[in-house]
Amino acid sequence: MIPVGFEYSRPDTVDAALALLAEHGEDATILAGGHSLLPVMKLRLAAPEMVIDIGRLAELNYIRVDGDEVAIGGVTRYRDLVISGVLAAECPLLPAVARTVGDPQVRHRGTLGGSLAHGDPASDLPAAVLALGGTVVLRSPRGTRSVPITEFYTGVFSSVKEPDELVVEVRVPRTGTAGWAYEKFTRRSNDWAIVGVAVVDGRVGLVNMGSTPLRASATEAALAEGRSVEEAAALADVGTEPPADNAGTPEYRRHLVKVLTRRALTTAAGISAPGA
Amino acid sequence: MPVIRGIVSPAMSILGTRVVRTEDPVFLTRGATYTDDLTDERLTGALHLTLVRSPLAHAKITSIDTEAAKAAPGVVAVYTGADLDLEPALLFPAANKAMLRPFLATDTVRYVGEAVAAVLTEEHWQGEDAADLVEIDYDPLEAVIDLKKALSDEVLLFPEAGTNSVTSMHLGKDDPGDEFFADCEVVITREITNQRVAAAPLESRAASAYWGDDGRCTIFCSTQNAQSARDEVAGWMGMDAKNLRLILPDVGGGFGAKIGADPEFALVAAFSKMAGRPVRWNESRSENMTGMVQGRAQLQTITIGGDRDGKVKAYRLDVIQDAGAYPRLGVVLPMFTRMMASGTYDIPKVWSTAQVVATTTTSTAAYRGAGRPEATQAIERAMDLFADEIGMDPAEIRKINVIKPEQFPFTTKGGAEYDSGEYAKAIDLALEASDYTGLRAEQEARRKRGDAVQLGIGVSSYVEITGGGAFVENATVEVHADGTVTVLTGTSPHGQGHATAWAMLASDELGIPIDKITVIHGDTDLIPKGAGTMGSRSLQTGGVAVHNAAAELVDLAKQRAADLLEANVDDLEIDKETASVVVKGVPGSKSVPLAELAAAEELKVFHEWDGKKPTFPFGAHVAVVEVDVESGKATVERIWAVDDAGPILNPLIFDGQRHGGIAQGIAQALLEEVVFDPDGQPLTATFADYGIPSAAELPSFDLVTMETPTPVNPMGYKGIGEAGTIGSCPAVQNAVIDAVSHLGVSHIDMPLTPVRVWTAIDAAQKEASK
Ligand SMILES: Cc1cc2nc3c(=O)[nH]c(=O)nc-3n(C[C@H](O)[C@H](O)[C@H](O)COP(=O)(O)OP(=O)(O)OC[C@H]3O[C@@H](n4cnc5c(N)ncnc54)[C@H](O)[C@@H]3O)c2cc1C
Repeated sequence: MIPVGFEYSRPDTVDAALALLAEHGEDATILAGGHSLLPVMKLRLAAPEMVIDIGRLAELNYIRVDGDEVAIGGVTRYRDLVISGVLAAECPLLPAVARTVGDPQVRHRGTLGGSLAHGDPASDLPAAVLALGGTVVLRSPRGTRSVPITEFYTGVFSSVKEPDELVVEVRVPRTGTAGWAYEKFTRRSNDWAIVGVAVVDGRVGLVNMGSTPLRASATEAALAEGRSVEEAAALADVGTEPPADNAGTPEYRRHLVKVLTRRALTTAAGISAPGA
Repeated sequence: MPVIRGIVSPAMSILGTRVVRTEDPVFLTRGATYTDDLTDERLTGALHLTLVRSPLAHAKITSIDTEAAKAAPGVVAVYTGADLDLEPALLFPAANKAMLRPFLATDTVRYVGEAVAAVLTEEHWQGEDAADLVEIDYDPLEAVIDLKKALSDEVLLFPEAGTNSVTSMHLGKDDPGDEFFADCEVVITREITNQRVAAAPLESRAASAYWGDDGRCTIFCSTQNAQSARDEVAGWMGMDAKNLRLILPDVGGGFGAKIGADPEFALVAAFSKMAGRPVRWNESRSENMTGMVQGRAQLQTITIGGDRDGKVKAYRLDVIQDAGAYPRLGVVLPMFTRMMASGTYDIPKVWSTAQVVATTTTSTAAYRGAGRPEATQAIERAMDLFADEIGMDPAEIRKINVIKPEQFPFTTKGGAEYDSGEYAKAIDLALEASDYTGLRAEQEARRKRGDAVQLGIGVSSYVEITGGGAFVENATVEVHADGTVTVLTGTSPHGQGHATAWAMLASDELGIPIDKITVIHGDTDLIPKGAGTMGSRSLQTGGVAVHNAAAELVDLAKQRAADLLEANVDDLEIDKETASVVVKGVPGSKSVPLAELAAAEELKVFHEWDGKKPTFPFGAHVAVVEVDVESGKATVERIWAVDDAGPILNPLIFDGQRHGGIAQGIAQALLEEVVFDPDGQPLTATFADYGIPSAAELPSFDLVTMETPTPVNPMGYKGIGEAGTIGSCPAVQNAVIDAVSHLGVSHIDMPLTPVRVWTAIDAAQKEASK
């Protein structure tokens, strides 16, 4: 439970961080909240030689409205999402999802960029950003590029992000009063999701139903065709490849995702039509 | 009830009052001093031990190369089994004699986490780096996980034993066969699992050792019983126990898993001798989750028979106990399970067998209840299955079959001699407190409406053994010239509050307030004899010894005071307001303070108490759960617990024991299970994977008081440490199954996780629609 020795650096600017990252290449790892990285280092499943701490970079810690979108800095912590007035008004799904992550300690450390970069299909925020149809902004010494979240993930813990790139920003649409809901299903209150379903504005993002966060496309299509919530929810497992583990069989997860999708869609409908 | 902080009016006995635990301020503020926190000068310059553990469940060791590790920074020594002067040991005497455990594996590893090599470093943090450099080549062998497969002896853990069977009890011998159930109108049989669980105490295992110039070895360690651990380690090391001293700093929980010594204790002592320096060892949580003994792990076949009027006539329990790789205390669990097989019921015919088998997994041993919860779970499931089959209410069927108060003392078919009990009364109290009838009505309404969230009501009736096995315990009470008192006890608290409870017992006799009484335990030089804390034995053995010692000290004081007061001993008594010996009925006459007597001559009494018998606490629990039938998630809404362990010494501690116990029972019912994959790899070796509950998963507990004394000791005390676990676990399992029984489900194995509950519902519905 003691990591292999490593060098530690805490650069003051994004540029300095990027330069360090470029210099050390594969031997370096970015440290943001550390709540995914440190456990794997302690288990010695990861042994970076250089750890570059970006967790306190103020220039990557913000939440602001930018045109039709809300722009969120890469090291913005869950806790900041939870208490953000901007998000409460413009994109209420995100704080609601962030509130379900781990426990208070985790939420005070973990970052939105870290969660997206880490790419655990059982994590909450990636599926939420996917349901929102957000964008991941990546920066390297070579420049800045924006990748739609739908094209970001390539597999378990892997994405199109290059080793020299930082997640500097996440952009999500201003969904305003559009109906939303998050159904996270756990064994214990602080656990990871066995399955999670994020719904916003008729889009549905799934947690832990495959090697990456997924959109329930068949459900979305059914909704768009005006079919009932029940009918649409019954299609939530189409195209998924749920994992098998202690917490659930694939068969169970396929069942569960339909139940949770129905519940989330029902809740979302209630919010979008007050008094209905 | 008012909270009392150690000050009571002398007119009133402190016994039975809610005295706040005197040990808690330290635990809750600066924290206790556990073995790894020790800054004892005898450990100055200690080396740190890191063990290199097997990543495979079963394999031949083909080579070990320690060269690179020896060259790593901070490394002082790297040892393998070849360097060790410790003979492989039988960790439990009643086990198969060929199943010896090497202290460091030399030829074969038999579970993931088995120690193969040892690294001693100057600093703790250097150990893992060096351990990574020890190169061990393994030739994998087939893992043995499934208990029935293990019994088939296809793959042997110890080829020299010729079998994986550790021992068996009444197997085949006088088997009554099918005739046993011939007179029963209804017979139900089913296999159920009492899953393996981890004790997971907050303080993981730790030990430090140093050798004095006098050739004696001192081991500071975390265990539930210093004296027996000393004897075990001495035996393993082939040394005279007189030359070994065990000192227990604060012990951060044990739950049975810290009974006795761990092989690592002998390793720190041996390495300290070899290296000529003190050695410290403290395992990581991941090591603990594979290295520390685990509990339960029984595969049971229950068969219950009786008539449609609800009378149970015959019950049979066949147990296969998983011993893990190297048999330890787990071997005795089925003995207790068999003894307690028929629970609180008067069943005319009872039969049980047990087989204990070795598997390539972590060894098993005691865990809160140790063998009794397994018996209770089995009979309580059997009762519900039987009730379900004949269409009778589970509470009703229990009341029909329980042993009646006039039948005590009652000797069971399993050979237990129940001392006292009012089983039906306990059930009635629980039913009344919970408004059982109202709950059933609510359940019926939800079923009729077809609600997604159904209500389940589970009833358990239980009896258990406390103070079973180690009946003798001692205490020394000494009054000092400054008026303070020292109590030495052979029991060993690891969270139970002995410092408060024992002080209360002494205070009540001596009239000296508890803040002047210090309780000392767990140093084998100061307290050479003692059996420690396990099996809920402390109060009825160690507590009674303290009480008796204090009472004897009062007698002694009276004898000494008789001359000074020029009075007859029989006319003297203790004035509890002044802690003085006074003449009875003559207020204001001459008196002698105990302190003054102590100043004149040592005022100290050693008392050894032999209870000769165990006691049998009992109770009844009613659990109410909600089950979301769409997702399978079960949530405990309420639990009413009637736990009767005789007179209550301190309700705060008593209820605390129940709280922890009930929580662990609920945890086993719903969440916890140690899982190995078919290759023997542990899948639950971190707290992310292993399902320990938090407060958020538990309801508030409704505790109902009932106090039936035992005739076994003068104070009437029984034990309360394990009762909560034993009562709550079956109540919760029964409740969850009850919630979905109308959907065609008759049994679900623990833990009743959402996936299991849903899968059971799904299977029942598919079956029904066939
Ligand atoms: C007890 C516990 C419970 C948890 N429960 C949950 C839960 O319920 N749901 C959930 O979703 N998560 C949970 N987590 C994980 C938590 O959300 C992590 O914080 C998150 O997954 C990673 O974010 P981080 O900021 O901590 O990243 P770090 O751990 O610092 O980094 C994770 C990985 O991402 C890389 N990285 C980090 N930031 C960037 C960046 N800006 N650009 C490029 N690469 C980057 C790092 O190099 C590293 O490889 C839990 C963690 C713990 C310890």
